[in-house]
Amino acid sequence: MTDVKPVLRLEDIVKTFPGVRALDGVSFSVLPGEVHALMGENGAGKSTLMKVLGGIYQPDGGAIFMGDQQVVMAGPLEAKAKGVMFIHQELSLAAELSVAENIYLGELPRKSFGRVDWAKLTEQTDAILKKLNVSFDAKTRVGDLSIANQQMVEIARALTVDAKAVIFDEPTASLTDAEKVVLFDVIADLKRDGVGIIYISHRMEEIFKITDRISVLRDGQYQGTVNTADSTEESITQMMIGRKLDLSRNASHHELGDVALEVRGLSCGKLYQDVNFEVRRGEVVGFYGLVGAGRTEIAETLFGLREPSEGQILLDGQEVRIHSPADAISRGISLVPEDRKGQGLVLGMNCRDNMTLPQVDDLKAGPFVAEGAEVAIFDQYRDRLDIRTPGWRAQAGNLSGGNQQKIVIGKWLSMHPNLLIVDEPTRGIDVGSKSEIHKLLRELAAQGYAVMVISSEMPEVLHVSDRIIAMYSGRVMRTFNSEEVTEDSLIKAISGLSDDKAA
Amino acid sequence: MKSGAVSKALANGAIWGFIILQLIFFSVAGEYLSLSDKAFMDWENMLLLLKQSAPIGIIAMGMTLVMVNGNIDLSVGATFAIAAIVMLDSMTWPIFAGLGDGVIPIAWLLALTAGTVLGALNGLIVWKTGVDAFIVTLGSMLGYRGIVFMFNGENPTSHLNWTLVDFAEAEFLGLATASWFLLLVTFAIWFLMTKTVHGRNAYAIGDNREAAVNAGIRVGPHMMINFAIIGFLAALSAVVFYSESGSVNPNDGQLYELWVITAVVLGGTKITGGAGNVIGTFGGVIAIQLLRKGLGHIGADTSTVNLVIGLILIAVLFLDRQLNVKGKEELKV
Repeated sequence: MTDVKPVLRLEDIVKTFPGVRALDGVSFSVLPGEVHALMGENGAGKSTLMKVLGGIYQPDGGAIFMGDQQVVMAGPLEAKAKGVMFIHQELSLAAELSVAENIYLGELPRKSFGRVDWAKLTEQTDAILKKLNVSFDAKTRVGDLSIANQQMVEIARALTVDAKAVIFDEPTASLTDAEKVVLFDVIADLKRDGVGIIYISHRMEEIFKITDRISVLRDGQYQGTVNTADSTEESITQMMIGRKLDLSRNASHHELGDVALEVRGLSCGKLYQDVNFEVRRGEVVGFYGLVGAGRTEIAETLFGLREPSEGQILLDGQEVRIHSPADAISRGISLVPEDRKGQGLVLGMNCRDNMTLPQVDDLKAGPFVAEGAEVAIFDQYRDRLDIRTPGWRAQAGNLSGGNQQKIVIGKWLSMHPNLLIVDEPTRGIDVGSKSEIHKLLRELAAQGYAVMVISSEMPEVLHVSDRIIAMYSGRVMRTFNSEEVTEDSLIKAISGLSDDKAA
Repeated sequence: MKSGAVSKALANGAIWGFIILQLIFFSVAGEYLSLSDKAFMDWENMLLLLKQSAPIGIIAMGMTLVMVNGNIDLSVGATFAIAAIVMLDSMTWPIFAGLGDGVIPIAWLLALTAGTVLGALNGLIVWKTGVDAFIVTLGSMLGYRGIVFMFNGENPTSHLNWTLVDFAEAEFLGLATASWFLLLVTFAIWFLMTKTVHGRNAYAIGDNREAAVNAGIRVGPHMMINFAIIGFLAALSAVVFYSESGSVNPNDGQLYELWVITAVVLGGTKITGGAGNVIGTFGGVIAIQLLRKGLGHIGADTSTVNLVIGLILIAVLFLDRQLNVKGKEELKV
């Protein structure tokens, strides 16, 4: 492989921001027909590096080579002209425009008088879509497509030019397993055409499945490149965080209390049907399934955001009807939502105000907010949850993902909930903080809280849960105890396949 | 039919349905309530309505472009007044004294240039400072209106040129001059928005600005061009209207921005940008004028008209939201 010229080579890239050395001498190269993983915790410098590559930032030092030539990426258009294409993590599409317009955004074909050449546009787009074998056409409105199909539009964009290198930034974050297969096929095709691919992902199983080599960043510094075949999850994790990570099965056992929540025959239209389960004090019940299996919708129903069409919800043996989140909170139900930044926090508000948001009404001194009591609550939960912030005045938006999540959890713990529902507890959180959140969830159970955890990551569910409820297409397929569950049976259950040993 | 197509068709066609409903209502109610014997849906009356729609309508076409682009322009009323003053006053300047009626195109040109420059100035500030268009044009609305009062205090600026009045009152193929201008502007902006690269980029910027930037679209110049266009159209509206009336009060054009935005929103343009079209806006303009005229026809006064239009605006947006809710399984907010 040594005689093959890399399509893209980075040499000693340095980028500093006021007070931070975001990239500190990063070098690596991508060969044609190679899938090259770029890994690192959040904040390790991956996005900065990609912005340098895409011409959005200019590096303070170092050089970029394509083939033998040194290049300067002056802007997004120039990167594109040189054949470097990005598939963004946050879909970067205009929902109201057509597929064709999105694919050729910024360079619509023109006729005289600045008119758009629609015929040419449609024809070119259809040719590309045909290659991708998708079910929609050039004129479809992007907003009407599923997330997976929107991703295909992003990919189609990469195919409009003679791409030399394509960068995938967390492409599978919102894809179902079936959609992932399609994506991996596309990547395989690009690979066959000799395109160099940079693949950024947190998901180890994908990295090991599709990549050839792995480069790791930590704190803006290049840690090295290894062949995927020669590495293990542990060795990569160690490179990323500089220490070992515990992701073993949950083995702790303690006394369970009485039933905090029981759900009988709960249905909500087409979203989920006939769901039965119970959660005891002192246990963590994991909900595992694919996106769209109905897990989040159950949580939303329990939190009063959705009206169930049938069935009963019992809290401490009493049947209740929950009409609104305010209702749910007054009954001691708390929800740590999936979208932390969008639904869990007011990013522009400080840490203290975020933490006391649901109870600020109870903390009044006369007509005024009792700031002293608020600070006391913040201090207590900062210590208990080990939240690292410069102080309560820090804006929630400036904290790391892990600390943000702890603020959201602290917010609800300070209300002494009967039931804590955590939806995707570690989404977008770096590996180091992940294990802290896991430990915290286990500790909360040990302290006698009833905890529901919804997760799409199998190691996470296996690690934190006492029992696991596997869901498929709106139905509970099977409930596992932590001793009896195997990865194989779990996957079968959430894929809707029957299992011989099914109870 | 694809799912959502019904609600979309309703949303797109709703404004025309609303117009038909009004025509029926005012025709029937007019029979009993109107003081005059003339029928409401009289051909002459409808042509007059189109002419009266022109001042607001011409500006509304520009507002559609600016709002689709993700901005807003509150200064159009003040720009309208400035352009009117420039046109009427320049015709009396001594340097043009020897030109006779040749002063007319010069006065028009000066007024239109003034509007375009003021609009472009808004756009330049929005582009270079990154301040929200709402704030920038709120400022320029006050500022431009200040210029109007600085010019002639509380006094009106007047100049009647009979050639100009004849031109403004002329009819061609049965349509008044102002109506022709409205139709031409509607067509021109429709062409710009649907057929040109600039127009499609304007949609993209309003829909997802970051995506547009990532695609290499130069957002600032596009926005500035659109502000210049709405400034030009505000001036054009003034030029057409005051050619006929010949006298402008310093308060003229006030609240025009709100009428214009109401028409655009009624016509289905999203206030957040990215969606909307001038055909809908044309419907919105007609609907408002019809309502004003119709309520007058059955004997309501101006204050009632404003109240009713306000209620209808909210009702229409509520209806739109209801049509777009997918069903009972929807998340409660």
